[in-house]
Amino acid sequence: MTAVIETRGLGKKYGGRRGKWALTDCTLTIPAGHVVGLVGPNGAGKTTLLNLATGMLAPTTGSIEVLGSKPAASAAQLARVGFVAQDTPVYTSLSVEDHLRFGAHLNPGWDAALAHRRIDQLDLDPRQKAGQLSGGQRAQLALTLAIAKRPELLILDEPIASLDPLARREFLQVLMEATAESGISVVMSSHLVADLERISDYLVVLVSSQVRLAGETDDLLATHHLLTGARCDAGDLPAVLQVIAESHTDRQSTFLVRSGSACSDTLGGGAHGTGAHGTGALGLASVSLDSLSLDSLGLDTGWSVAAVGLEDLVLAYMGPAATAGRGRILLEVPR
Amino acid sequence: MTWFTLRQFRGQAITSVAVLAAFAILFAVTGPALVSDFRSSGLSSCHVNCGAFASRFASDLSNGGSTIYVFLFYAGIVALYLVPALIGIFWGAPLVARELETGTYRLGWNQSITRTRWAVAKLAIVGLASMAAAGLLSLMISWWANPVDTAISYGGPNAHSGLARIDPIVFGARGIAPVGYAAFAFALGVTVGLLIRRTLPAMALTLAVFVAVQILVPTIVRPHIIPPDHATSALAATNIDLSIENGGQMVVTGPGNRPGAWVISNQTITPSGQVFTGPATSACLGSSFSACSRWLTSKHLRQAVAYQPASRFWPLQWAETGLYLVLAAGLGWLCVWRIRRRRA
Repeated sequence: MTAVIETRGLGKKYGGRRGKWALTDCTLTIPAGHVVGLVGPNGAGKTTLLNLATGMLAPTTGSIEVLGSKPAASAAQLARVGFVAQDTPVYTSLSVEDHLRFGAHLNPGWDAALAHRRIDQLDLDPRQKAGQLSGGQRAQLALTLAIAKRPELLILDEPIASLDPLARREFLQVLMEATAESGISVVMSSHLVADLERISDYLVVLVSSQVRLAGETDDLLATHHLLTGARCDAGDLPAVLQVIAESHTDRQSTFLVRSGSACSDTLGGGAHGTGAHGTGALGLASVSLDSLSLDSLGLDTGWSVAAVGLEDLVLAYMGPAATAGRGRILLEVPR
Repeated sequence: MTWFTLRQFRGQAITSVAVLAAFAILFAVTGPALVSDFRSSGLSSCHVNCGAFASRFASDLSNGGSTIYVFLFYAGIVALYLVPALIGIFWGAPLVARELETGTYRLGWNQSITRTRWAVAKLAIVGLASMAAAGLLSLMISWWANPVDTAISYGGPNAHSGLARIDPIVFGARGIAPVGYAAFAFALGVTVGLLIRRTLPAMALTLAVFVAVQILVPTIVRPHIIPPDHATSALAATNIDLSIENGGQMVVTGPGNRPGAWVISNQTITPSGQVFTGPATSACLGSSFSACSRWLTSKHLRQAVAYQPASRFWPLQWAETGLYLVLAAGLGWLCVWRIRRRRA
């Protein structure tokens, strides 16, 4: 599996010697052929990482390679990467048609037919000034420009953060169709897991510049479960289960557990594949909890097992202590 | 990138073409009359005593019943000082600043062209347009004002000796110098916009710096580009400016009568070479000018003038234009370098 983005010890400091670090010592690998959701709280370094990946910024420390080359090193490299920047900027005084001409003039691989088809589908008036478009239409125009240049990798930096739910859904719809048609790799950041859940098949959770979790969405969902039972300590659970988060009431305990490989295995991303199917650092073959009986884990039948939603899963990993080993944070689980 | 730069520049280009066309019409309508007056006054074919012809031309112009020529003469000068400043403010400052301010640079820098090409195309195309606009306007105005400039260079009793073509006020509104000013103002605007990253403050700062440079260069740099000529002659104490200060010091200034030249300094010196400062005697403190004049004559004062003769107009034009073009090129290079370093 080749990587679309590979970083080693990547760091970026803004504003000279006394500046502020926006990203420190970030090492990650994002595999090709996926629609990758990059999630993380505000300030995790998502935008900085993506700006480094598009060459909008130069790293202060470490290295980054995109599709095997230095970002924005040449016109050819720029042609391979499409970028929809945060707030989806467009030239407000230029018409939609002018934007398409702009794309055609500046991109040798420009697919004019595709661009016009998209504009038709979106029902945009080509003569309309981009400044008069709604936020959703502007985002669609920016996406059209990025797709029609026929990149190998499409990077989107919170493209829908400021859109209303309907525009958001339409944007994701177009994005899904486009990626299904062309099979390009996509990396899209968001702090809203729900948005990513609809389209991404691979998830990277970035917290304070560090990868907390990376893997194919299906595998992540299959290896994480909510265990609910009589009140007990996390230490009482079998060692094969890794506790990501826990919450307790007077009589009841709820644990978000991961069965199979340890979290540390997925740190550093795809070196061990998706993590869920590899052999973990603990030497345990990863298994889905579904295939285990409660008995074999030494748990009594008082325990109930439930699937966990992607959002809860991601939020648990975003918590401050969920780095490695046994989680110690309290998760507010309404069940 | 050429197409896109021109597309972005279209609105400004249309405005400037309209302004240039308006000036062209104005000068084309009034210019021929000026040329025919010039011919009929005899100036175009004079060889000796041209000053008298120049005076006749000047009085013909004002007797023509209209002050339109005088107005246009000064309006042309004002326009040629304004245009480079406006180019710096409205073409230079927003060129990159607006892209940074609105975030559209992220769109431009992610197409399949390098940032160097993006920057060079913008700078070269709009920069050349700036130079062309200023050059065309200067060509029109220099052509229109040529009869007047020529008449002034001949001197004569009615001629306004202060407004020779080489005089600092007129110099910057003739010939090729405006091309250099426009290039510099444009590059200055782009640089300031790139550093400040906000359009409006960049426009204000561009104007302030450009005005400062336009004041400093004629006063500090231009007089020394070519060492001025010096001339010393006996002071005729009949036609002088005289001022006496409280301490009894007196300043005597003879006529800087060098038609067509730029008089840089004009001092009255004693036979031993010192600047004459008085002290004023009773002859000059009284009410009789002739008594004071007789006393001054007895001092054998001399008048020392440093000046750039009219013949230096073109060498100075080339030198100053070159200086501004070099500055503009340096700023342009700085912009490209900075954009390449992707610190935006």
